[in-house]
Amino acid sequence: MTSAPPAGPGVVKTAPGPAAPPHPPAGRRDVRRALTRALPLSPAVVLLLLFLAGPIAYCAYIAFTDLQLTGQAESSFIGFDNFRAAFKDDAFLNAVWLTLVFTVLSSLIGQNTLGLSLAVLMQRASKPVRTVTGGIVIAAWVLPEVVAGFLLYAFFRREGTLNAVLDWLHLPSQNWLFTLPILAVSFANVWRGTAFSMLVYSAALNEIPKEITEAAEVDGAGGWRRMWHITLPMIRRSIGTNLMLNTLQTLSVFGLIWVMTRGGPGNRSQTLPLFMYEQAFQKSMIGYGTAVALLLLVVGSLFSLVYMRLLRTEV
Amino acid sequence: MRPTAVPLLLATLLTATALSACGSESGSDPDTVKISFKQSTDNSIKVMDTYLADIKDQFEKANPGKRVELVPIKAPDSEYYTKLQQMLRSPKTAPDLVYEDTFLINSDITSGYLKPLDPYLAKWDDWSQFIDTAKEAAQAQDGKTYGVPDGTDTRGLWFDKAIFKKAGLPADWQPTNWADILDAARAIKAKVPGVIPMNIYTGKPAGEAATMQGFEMLLYGTASGANESPLYDPASKKWITGSQGFKDSLEFVETVFKEKLGPDVSDALDPNIATRVRGEFLPEGKLGINLDGSWLPQDWLEGSGHEWPEWSEKLGLAYMPTQDGQAPSKVSMSGGWTWAIPSKAGNPDLAFEFIRTMQTKANAQKWYIANSGISVRTDVAEDPEYVKAQPGIKFFTDLVASTHYRPAYPAYPKVSTAIQEAMEGVTTGDSSVEEAAKGYDEELKTATDNQVIEK
Repeated sequence: MTSAPPAGPGVVKTAPGPAAPPHPPAGRRDVRRALTRALPLSPAVVLLLLFLAGPIAYCAYIAFTDLQLTGQAESSFIGFDNFRAAFKDDAFLNAVWLTLVFTVLSSLIGQNTLGLSLAVLMQRASKPVRTVTGGIVIAAWVLPEVVAGFLLYAFFRREGTLNAVLDWLHLPSQNWLFTLPILAVSFANVWRGTAFSMLVYSAALNEIPKEITEAAEVDGAGGWRRMWHITLPMIRRSIGTNLMLNTLQTLSVFGLIWVMTRGGPGNRSQTLPLFMYEQAFQKSMIGYGTAVALLLLVVGSLFSLVYMRLLRTEV
Repeated sequence: MRPTAVPLLLATLLTATALSACGSESGSDPDTVKISFKQSTDNSIKVMDTYLADIKDQFEKANPGKRVELVPIKAPDSEYYTKLQQMLRSPKTAPDLVYEDTFLINSDITSGYLKPLDPYLAKWDDWSQFIDTAKEAAQAQDGKTYGVPDGTDTRGLWFDKAIFKKAGLPADWQPTNWADILDAARAIKAKVPGVIPMNIYTGKPAGEAATMQGFEMLLYGTASGANESPLYDPASKKWITGSQGFKDSLEFVETVFKEKLGPDVSDALDPNIATRVRGEFLPEGKLGINLDGSWLPQDWLEGSGHEWPEWSEKLGLAYMPTQDGQAPSKVSMSGGWTWAIPSKAGNPDLAFEFIRTMQTKANAQKWYIANSGISVRTDVAEDPEYVKAQPGIKFFTDLVASTHYRPAYPAYPKVSTAIQEAMEGVTTGDSSVEEAAKGYDEELKTATDNQVIEK
């Protein structure tokens, strides 16, 4: 079956198999030696081609057909029709928009900023505070996606925890999953994903030499200035990596949203992965769904390109 | 060559093991018949499980050495079909016998998933006991039969007599047009707080239930003649767009949710709404009027999980009226399920043998009584034991005379989804009736390859 292409940090490039020898042929002996040395790699290469490149190529092929799960005797090659259809489809454009909102809200603003703040605060905190906070935040991250989704569904639903708390405080409560579904799922993703950013930033902050910070302090730089002129520039590389990983993971979030809202009500929280699933498996249009999956891959690579640029200029 | 020989051998070996590991025949055992069916998402409901376990015992006793393996698929309706279709695509996963909804069967036949049963049926005496409309339900456009129906159903209005009493409505309530239904719901809303005045299935999460129990029960009541189909025009073989009836039906749905006469929208759009209506809302007296199928009591029979034998005292039944009470005054829709054999099944002969065991008269009757089904077999239908078994059976069997069948052509499942989307739009209030109807017309063109006609 077609599966969603791994929208994770790209496909790991396969090791170059029996590649051309590094030197121009200095005789048959060298060629043979290179081949012999590459041989142990060949099973891995074959497996990767078979199980990684194969499905991806098949997936790309299907995106150009009108394959359906049911109601069709034979599928045929239809060129770019699926892609043209997508850009004319309001539901698709809605899904792209919601995906961007979801990514910016939960990944760029939420996970990233919150993760950094937590990491900074935790550096100054006492050990017990650090242990407890770290433990709680990481627990949210370790939970399986579906469990996290269910917990937050229970938190946000009409009779849920959030409304109970609001009632108790005599604040107006509402049906969050219905009125503000995209906000609710974004929050859920922040809740779940912040730990990762926090870990990355904690590690990065520990790498900043004490002397530099101390020197700045002696020069009279306040907290904010030190943050802006010392800390941020020095962990820029980590920021880039973290943003990239976060974004790509957030782009492909499916389980969390599926458990909480199924993309609904209407299609108010239908991000691209959910739209893709609906087209492929609920409307049985495998070809179209796969085309959407490829477009999702394109969105992911656009984000990656931007981040790669950020990383490069800094070096 | 010596030094290369070893790694070469090793590599070949490794690759071969890896390849054979994934390529090895999962192998359908010639003595095992695998059966897939839809299991209720309500854990306490085991109607089908119990019945099939019983048939399995009989079958294994009668056929020594043969084994039956039940492969239940536990999923809401829409996901069940998807999962099944995926299984049917490969001989490795295709079961030998599957439970197929009649609305989907033509679509799956077109995909080449199912096997024609004519050679088996020709040699099977009991087939003559099946009524013609039921035989046609599983007949494809090529004239061959692909499934053995195990019952049909009709639809109508269920209402809670206690709630009606509090709202000042009669215990023998029978609305004669749509306005009567809405008025009754408004009366309940005004006088009986804390209950859901009425339920109509809506939106994509409810799946085919929204289309058939909900929308089509309205839409088919907008037609002026008894034989007119407001969804599909058989003369031109085209699907109908832009009809007033379609908009009127959407408006009914919109009214229900706008005036808060229905369940809370988030409940209505929960995929398990149908399970909740049967297991929770009705038995707990929380729902006034429910537009639903004839099979509800199967969950309330003894030994079925949510025992509620007194339902026949507490609930009343009324037929669904046409829009303005025009002739033929009643509306019902009929569908049903069939047992079908996948074209990639390993043991089709054994699978048909299992169908025969299920469809001995005694076993068929047991099933009809257990699942509150409406018999499509004349011998069961005439049996007094069957007629007496269910308080509602006479009411729903009588509706067969004024029932409609879905235009279950290959495009139907997609048309159905388009209807659900239009309903969901007016349910949430995201789109107006006009917008939703327009969206449906657009969607219909894609779903049917432009085979549409404006009426």
